[in-house]
Amino acid sequence: MANPRGPILSGDQDVRDALLTKIRRTQATDKLDAKRRQAVQERLSNHPRNIVPKRSDGNVDHKVALFTKLMTAADATVEEVSMPSQIPRAVAEFLRAHNLPQRIRFGKDPALTGLAWDQTPSLEVSDGRARVSDETSMGRAFAAVAESGTLVMTSGQDNPTTLNFLPENHVVVVEANRIWGSYEDVWDEIRHHYGDTVMPRTVNLISGPSRTGDIEQRLELGAHGPKRLHIIILNSASKAGSPKE
Amino acid sequence: MESTSRKFSSNAREALGDSQLQRALSNVPSGFVNKRAKAAAALPEFEDLRDKGRDIKNHVLEHLDLYLEAYERRVIEAGGHVHWAASAADAQRIITEICQAHGAKTVTKGKSMISEEAGINAALERAGITPIETDLGEYIVQMRGETPSHLIAPAVHLNKDQIEADFRRVHDHLPKDRVLEEPASLVREAREVLRSKYLAADIGITGANFLIAETGTSVIVTNEGNGDLTQNLPKVHIALASIEKIVPTLEDASTLIRLLARSATGQEISTYTTFSTGPRRLGDLDGPNEYHVVLLDNGRSDMIGTEFQDMLRCIRCGACLNHCPVYQAVGGHAYGWVYSGPMGSVLTPSLIGVDEAGHLPNASTFCGRCEEVCPMRIPLPKMMRHWREREFEKHLTAKSIRSGLKVWNWFVARPELYHRVSGLAAKFIKARAGKRGRVSNLPFAGGWTKHRDLPSPQGKTFQAIWKERQKNG
Amino acid sequence: MSEKRKPRVGLFVTCLVDTFRPSVGLATVKLLELAGCKVEVPEKQTCCAQPAFNSGDSKSTRKIATNVIKMFEQYDYVVVPSGSCAAMIKIHYPELFTEGSGFRTRADELADKTYELVSFLSDVMKLKDTGAQFGRKVTYHDSCSGLRELKIHKQPRALLSKVDGLHLEEMADADVCCGFGGTFCVKYPDISNDMVTKKAANVTNSGAEVLLAGDLGCLLNIAGKLQREGSEIEIRHIAEVLAGETHIPAIGETDQ
Ligand code: SF4
Repeated sequence: MANPRGPILSGDQDVRDALLTKIRRTQATDKLDAKRRQAVQERLSNHPRNIVPKRSDGNVDHKVALFTKLMTAADATVEEVSMPSQIPRAVAEFLRAHNLPQRIRFGKDPALTGLAWDQTPSLEVSDGRARVSDETSMGRAFAAVAESGTLVMTSGQDNPTTLNFLPENHVVVVEANRIWGSYEDVWDEIRHHYGDTVMPRTVNLISGPSRTGDIEQRLELGAHGPKRLHIIILNSASKAGSPKE
Repeated sequence: MESTSRKFSSNAREALGDSQLQRALSNVPSGFVNKRAKAAAALPEFEDLRDKGRDIKNHVLEHLDLYLEAYERRVIEAGGHVHWAASAADAQRIITEICQAHGAKTVTKGKSMISEEAGINAALERAGITPIETDLGEYIVQMRGETPSHLIAPAVHLNKDQIEADFRRVHDHLPKDRVLEEPASLVREAREVLRSKYLAADIGITGANFLIAETGTSVIVTNEGNGDLTQNLPKVHIALASIEKIVPTLEDASTLIRLLARSATGQEISTYTTFSTGPRRLGDLDGPNEYHVVLLDNGRSDMIGTEFQDMLRCIRCGACLNHCPVYQAVGGHAYGWVYSGPMGSVLTPSLIGVDEAGHLPNASTFCGRCEEVCPMRIPLPKMMRHWREREFEKHLTAKSIRSGLKVWNWFVARPELYHRVSGLAAKFIKARAGKRGRVSNLPFAGGWTKHRDLPSPQGKTFQAIWKERQKNG
Repeated sequence: MSEKRKPRVGLFVTCLVDTFRPSVGLATVKLLELAGCKVEVPEKQTCCAQPAFNSGDSKSTRKIATNVIKMFEQYDYVVVPSGSCAAMIKIHYPELFTEGSGFRTRADELADKTYELVSFLSDVMKLKDTGAQFGRKVTYHDSCSGLRELKIHKQPRALLSKVDGLHLEEMADADVCCGFGGTFCVKYPDISNDMVTKKAANVTNSGAEVLLAGDLGCLLNIAGKLQREGSEIEIRHIAEVLAGETHIPAIGETDQ
């Protein structure tokens, strides 16, 4: 882990102990204490689900459709392709449609670096974290949530977090079978992937492009983060995105 | 922050006479109320989620010591640092020291009410460090030397023209003849100005909507993405949070997330919900090298176990402000301190004392709209009444009310006399009203008749009529 | 129905109706009798204790509540022509006494059989139509306690829809407080004025000729504002319309 410097401050310890003791006094007697500890322990290790809305129940098609509907309502654009080889052209097309330079940056995710970028020779690709000069970035979602139309991006060298926020245009690829119903489904995926109680440094839930209503409650896109969010769903069952060749 | 809550009545009068403010406030009902109603109606589970949300927070408050310990352990495991602050002064000192240890000159800040409460900006400035608010609304109020007037819409008290004037005054390096007609051009200008600030900042400070004990994670929720740039670009990320922000698990956080945006803005979920755990990891290309959490008590532990404990369930969604006719009338600043609206009327006396903020829980008709929409089912009117009880016990209730009440209670306990006097009052007012059927001024009723007529009684009391009727069978 | 089997209803008339508008009390009696009840009016009743309760004077509140409980617990039902006074008895009286205490049980029992007038007629007596006639365009203000503490919303509208000739025109924000709030309107007159001004505008903009509501406090407040502004809109308690007692002058008016 980077920079494992010890705490730079001392003296908080007393505050901590006094506070915890004070809270404990209002809530517990010695007898109760074991019970309370057990209740907390169980909740933390079992992490039971509470109420999960039913709206996302259904097959992949339903989840893709719900995700698309909600993302679109949140001002993102969504398209489907059926094969990875179609992605570079979809990206180039998105850039062209918005009069953006044919230049894009992504992380070291093999699923992105390994795409057939030679098909779109005029499209310049580079990798790394976001630079201020980048106009468009690209990422691959760890997962998505149909329930609210939400992308789930995890940090790391494959998909550096700054790519999600710094450029004005953001293209995200998500595989259709990674669109889960609920947040809870995704937490289970993360536990499975990273280990119990371990989170990536950053998990971003993203539901549309950046916005603000701070001036007279009027909605404006692109407040600090991306003004445009374009999502490419990789769906081998998709009819919409069948090969154009 | 210095409080002017004592002057609530005159603050309110001023606010009501401020036409700019009134114009800005007229956006509140259409902007928030209808959207919340739609979002709530669109999710069949919404009411059950509210029950769940309430239960989660109640469970946390009953086990807060243990969850805080569990949370701390996980933060440290992930390579972060946890600092404990009993008071605002502690939080100021801790944050200033971290900044000084890194030789920080500027810090960027994500929107955080707890930072307002703890006076972090003023403390940083005293230490020669420049804090830069990055949420657009916060940025605007900071450039005006004001404080936010709403939990989630800090500049809701302003109109576009006022903001344009401020931008022209403060961004004096930009061409004078530039066009700033539309909100869009103001948003763009703020975006560009703040860009360089993010990159130059040595430290980023955010609040936290939730702290997850299971994983040692802090969560922020924004629509702009400013919090993410704030916490990802500088070398150090400090998250400042009050102790009751703890939730046990990712599942519990999910339940509250489902409630938060729907209640606040009527969105399904806010645009960005970010979970941060420790500093950057081996191989990461970005993210902070250091991650600090400052846990602030500032009076909250005193509320646990009292009739005000329920207030600690608040997730700062702002729904109670949006739906409150008093807030809609006077705006946030009239309340005189960081928190306004119904939640402020309950919380402020807890944090700065009921002798200072005694007006706030009184300035309510108990119409109950706040409780009706509060996602955490906090019984706000009931708690305002509890404050009134405490004031009454401490003899803080206004003299006029106290003595009026005494007289009334005395009569109420003496029915014969009561009926004689109410009969006289009915006759007296009716006589005064004469043919008009109403009076425009009346001794001892100036508060009423200043603004409205008093319809006349019909002349006889019901009891008198009923008695006659029974006699005549 | 034989006289014996008629439910005995204790009428809690409220201090405002008693002093300001006894005709509402009489209309209430008429409606209750129409619905098949036997009405009695305990003559020692005064106030439900809201002023003390809302000012934080819990000791006096408890004292007054104790008297009301003793006076009214003998009836099958207690009916109140006001949402806020009914809610005081139904919702708040039990909160005044510690759980398990004798008075708590008595307060709970009283709460169970206490109703606001219109909801009592609809929900308990299943009255569908009062047979009244009123050929006017009306709008209805939901007073806060009735709406939010007692969930009264559909009942008045359903009964009004059966009034011959009556046309209901909903106003914007019918559910928003009128700014009365008991002592609030004298403690914070300017805020109260802002609220009632907005309410009056919504009433006017509805295009209705008559404003109705179930709480005299709100009605006096809104009437006072509308009339100060010179409005011609007629203001009445809903009981008067449902009982067909609309020949008497409306609130703030005389027949002279
Ligand atoms: S009190 Fe309830 S409605 Fe008000 S801000 Fe807190 S959670 Fe939201």
